Amino acid sequence: MSDTPARPRPLSPHLTIYRLTWTMAMSIVHRITGSALYFGTLLLAWWLVAAATGAKYFDTANAFFGSWIGQLILLGYTWALVHHMLGGIRHFIWDTGRGFGPERQGLARMTLIGSVSISILLWVLALVLRS
Amino acid sequence: MVELTLPKNSRVAEGKTWPKPEGAANLEELRVYRYDPDSDANPRIDTYYVDRDDCGPMVLDALIWIKNNVDPTLTFRRSCREGICGSCSMNIDGTNTLACTCGMDEINGTVKIYPLPHMAVVKDLVPDLTGFYAQHASIEPWLKTTTPEPSAEWKQSHEDREKLDGLYECILCACCSASCPSYWWNSERFLGPAILLQAQRWIVDSRDEATGERLDDLEDPFRLYRCHTIMNCANTCPKGLNPAKAIAEIKKKLVTRQL
Repeated sequence: MSDTPARPRPLSPHLTIYRLTWTMAMSIVHRITGSALYFGTLLLAWWLVAAATGAKYFDTANAFFGSWIGQLILLGYTWALVHHMLGGIRHFIWDTGRGFGPERQGLARMTLIGSVSISILLWVLALVLRS
Repeated sequence: MVELTLPKNSRVAEGKTWPKPEGAANLEELRVYRYDPDSDANPRIDTYYVDRDDCGPMVLDALIWIKNNVDPTLTFRRSCREGICGSCSMNIDGTNTLACTCGMDEINGTVKIYPLPHMAVVKDLVPDLTGFYAQHASIEPWLKTTTPEPSAEWKQSHEDREKLDGLYECILCACCSASCPSYWWNSERFLGPAILLQAQRWIVDSRDEATGERLDDLEDPFRLYRCHTIMNCANTCPKGLNPAKAIAEIKKKLVTRQL
């Protein structure tokens, strides 16, 4: 045995070289939307606190949510919420031991397609009802 | 821990481009991860050209061709060359698989070859699998019984034998475990898809009498529950097995045994 301390072995490349799959991508997005929901829920709490504080403060909060940046955040929140919910349903199916066959990629794809279309539908509905 | 970038000693540099074989009409370009433990240099990517008319169809054939004709220092594990020993597992074209069963024709463009992801590299395409094997030993992968041994073999019905299908075929090549981001971040504590599939193989074995203890051992936030059904394991398994499903069955068993 040699007396010189061994050089630490390098770690082989991982994330940067691994080809993305639908199930992998949706797992990452599930995490991101989950974290985004913390932020969105804070906004919701702020809106409720504003309503409880008084008419003037409530108007300020509403003005923020009515601005284009507020609307954009709300749109993102809607999508994150719907996407995370559909992801939860997908995980629930997997927890029962079903959906592990080739259909797993389709299930993951449906989460994205479903969340985008449901979000658009909700917003169109909301805008139509408001006008 | 999640670490998106590689440590300083692991960053990959551009390596050498080896000369093209003379007079070859049908060339295949390969970009191969190299690491020499005897030098102080970081890992690098070398470019090789293989004469397809002189070489077998599989990626392993190309690696052997390079070793014989271009660069004898290129180091990789191989043995059976027919997908049953699990030695030549590596990352080819972004997915973990066996070099011996992966045809070069299945790959568009340059063939990119790395060692199994997020593993300590011994040399070139040879990862250190010590931890992986230790985890396999930890689940005690043998028949455990308390009843007196029968005079002949332990018998099993055809139906019970069928429960081992999709599990016993695992060759422990580690493709699945090295494809799993959860295993990348927590390989010290999470057992990973290959070992959990092996665990399930003994849990469902009708002859085994230690099912309870086996399940107790797995009921742990890290050993089992780091699986987040990312499914890279099922996508990558060169034997077409489904570790994700095996893990889901273990999770289900842990819930149903409490009912």
